[in-house]
Amino acid sequence: MARATKASTKTGKGPDTGVKARSGGAGREQLLKYYRDMLLIRRFEERAGQLYGMGLIGGFCHLYIGQEAIAVGMESIRKPGDQIITGYRDHGHMLAAGMESREVMAELTGRAGGSSKGKGGSMHMFSTEAGFYGGHGIVGAQVSLGTGLALANKYQDNGNVAFAYFGDGAANQGQVYESFNMAQLWKLPVVYLIENNQYAMGTSLERAASETHLFKRGVSFRIPGEEVDGMDVEAVAEAGARAAEHARSGEGPYILEMKTYRYRGHSMSDPAKYRTKEEVDEVKKTRDPIDHLREKLDVAKVTEDELKAIDAEVKKIVADAAEFARTSPEPQPAELYTDVYLEAAE
Amino acid sequence: MTDILMPALSPTMEEGTLAKWHVKVGDTVKAGDVIAEIETDKATMEVEAVDEGTVEALLIDAGTEEVKVNTPIARLSGDDEAPAPKADAPKVESKAPETPKAPEPADEGEGPAPVLPKKTLKDPEVPDGAKMVTITVRDALRDAMAEEMRRDDKVFLMGEEVAQYQGAYKVSRELLQEFGDRRVIDTPITEHGFAGLGVGAAMAGLKPIVEFMTWNFAMQAIDQIINSAAKTLYMSGGQIKSSIVFRGPNGAASRVGAQHSQDYSAWYGQVPGLKVVAPYDAADAKGLLKAAIRDPNPVVFLEHEMMYGVEFDIPDVEDWVVPIGKAKVRREGADVTITAHSRMVGLALKAAEELAAEGIDAEVIDLRTIRPLDHETIVESVKKTNRIVCTEEGWGPMGVGAEIVARVIEHAFDYLDAPPARVHQEDVPLPYAANLEALSLPSVDKIVKAAKAVCYK
Repeated sequence: MARATKASTKTGKGPDTGVKARSGGAGREQLLKYYRDMLLIRRFEERAGQLYGMGLIGGFCHLYIGQEAIAVGMESIRKPGDQIITGYRDHGHMLAAGMESREVMAELTGRAGGSSKGKGGSMHMFSTEAGFYGGHGIVGAQVSLGTGLALANKYQDNGNVAFAYFGDGAANQGQVYESFNMAQLWKLPVVYLIENNQYAMGTSLERAASETHLFKRGVSFRIPGEEVDGMDVEAVAEAGARAAEHARSGEGPYILEMKTYRYRGHSMSDPAKYRTKEEVDEVKKTRDPIDHLREKLDVAKVTEDELKAIDAEVKKIVADAAEFARTSPEPQPAELYTDVYLEAAE
Repeated sequence: MTDILMPALSPTMEEGTLAKWHVKVGDTVKAGDVIAEIETDKATMEVEAVDEGTVEALLIDAGTEEVKVNTPIARLSGDDEAPAPKADAPKVESKAPETPKAPEPADEGEGPAPVLPKKTLKDPEVPDGAKMVTITVRDALRDAMAEEMRRDDKVFLMGEEVAQYQGAYKVSRELLQEFGDRRVIDTPITEHGFAGLGVGAAMAGLKPIVEFMTWNFAMQAIDQIINSAAKTLYMSGGQIKSSIVFRGPNGAASRVGAQHSQDYSAWYGQVPGLKVVAPYDAADAKGLLKAAIRDPNPVVFLEHEMMYGVEFDIPDVEDWVVPIGKAKVRREGADVTITAHSRMVGLALKAAEELAAEGIDAEVIDLRTIRPLDHETIVESVKKTNRIVCTEEGWGPMGVGAEIVARVIEHAFDYLDAPPARVHQEDVPLPYAANLEALSLPSVDKIVKAAKAVCYK
């Protein structure tokens, strides 16, 4: 893995992208919360995969397993009113943002109890309350939309930052650069988070990108960027706090390239011919974000009983979500015609 | 006790091969442990344990082919406090949802598309003695934006050359001076990007007006208009609205060639979630643009470059707002109905004058709104005239006229005394040469000929 390099001329401490346990700034409570939230995402996604296999979830289903540290680390530094927007690998972000497991799972099964009443599906969930603006299925579209959220923040002078997530695949879309340009030109409060899981569907970064250090992609727009170990929740939070501060203080956008890895296929029907099982196993064995955190929990003298209690709580939440998603009724046929238009005021 | 079922790798998979077991009877597993591998001709997938437990039985041998999806393949025992999905669940749950019955048309006027709640839409009354002032379409549009920007701080204008240059067609003249660069924003030439920024700002609660220098350039941005602006309210179950106006000149200008001369009425008119407006005169340009800015939905507002400099009388009243979704009978007549929108309305009115000289009394309907289409007004007219000519500047196939003809046939078939006729651009990219351009575009003469043909004269 490439070592950290700052793409900007700004000075500052480069992130440590090593995977060994190291002392972060988080206290014991924060570490426990990281553990709980990351475990919830993993168990939720595992269950989603199972429900998909049973035919309860249809269409596309993109799982976040392996990438949990990013959504959870960033959530720890998000301030009230800050917005999140992402692409279609979105369940982890929703849960991290505080959306109800039940509503997310029931949306996956296309039920009336789902977050979008069953009308959106895996790729299209939203919660203004949680500051989560989707959930977008067109690769790269969320980058322009997220920059627009930042435009609204600046317009209203509300002190908020928009966090726009996209993958290494979306990093090659033209509108990403159109957005970078305007964001820096107008000093918009947006942090671009590139979740580089190394594969855009079946195409490795090396086969798709002439410059594989994606944190440098802002250089010609004068946007600073950093590479971050996206498997280390504390490293994510530290870099995220720095980037958010930059954006919030009126300095404009910031790019964080989160080096990560997805354990599962691109979607459920992925033949996985483009990478070896050994490669996947090696990452699981040596870089797993939850195992990595457990080492830190050991250092912080968290007991096995404390972790078991969290395991049990998470298990219960996920089982409850799955049961709700299985038993919630399908939407009423009349819902077919609702939410197409809002009625104009008189 | 939990049965583990043969999973599906995709919605279309019906069976697969149980390639390998990773566990044996008596093994203890926990949630997420890989217990088996299954294969199809396309993919390989690992099967995970649903919950903790001990493997009690392997029900299918490794290497077995053609194992049907949802067949129990293994059994786990263990205290299973979690209500894992039971083996019979998929049978109950995966049955096809009942196809919702399409609702019966509420009445004759209801179209096949989900339309807005029915309301009686009326043009604002012009008060007795109201002064009429003469104004260009260009200034009417500018005044509409200025009034709405004064009324609501959430409204702002962004686009290429809208601020310092004062508008490529001078539609935003003097707005920068009044509202400043926070609310009148010059963008780089980057349609896809700034359309996306506009929609994002709308999702955050602002009310952007996004100007495209022409609608031709908006093809770069059409994904954001349709996939993001039009669909998100629905996909979010009603949570995220996009109150945004996309506006700019549409259709053929004069001798600017094929790439700069296209009418997008039919394109956007097809998309649920969008409203599509195309005014003709200054009063409608102002009143409909004000309505569009206030509308909580995304509105595609199609102007016409050839109309910007045309002067019309407009009532000098405060807050002139014309409702979206209501056509206007521009000329009453008994013999044939002619529909038109945008610049074509002027051609249709001229054609009606020529027809009158030949003893044919034409009724001219200005559609004003393409979506939702006010077909009630058209159908009522056809019931009276029994004949219809649909005109539009765009291409004919799958066009606005094609849609109107379909609705007339659906709702007034028995009233027709002649097959409906369409007048539109010839089915070619618009040529540059003056003579060919004129031949390609619809004209007064073509409308007259079509009207006479449906009147068998």
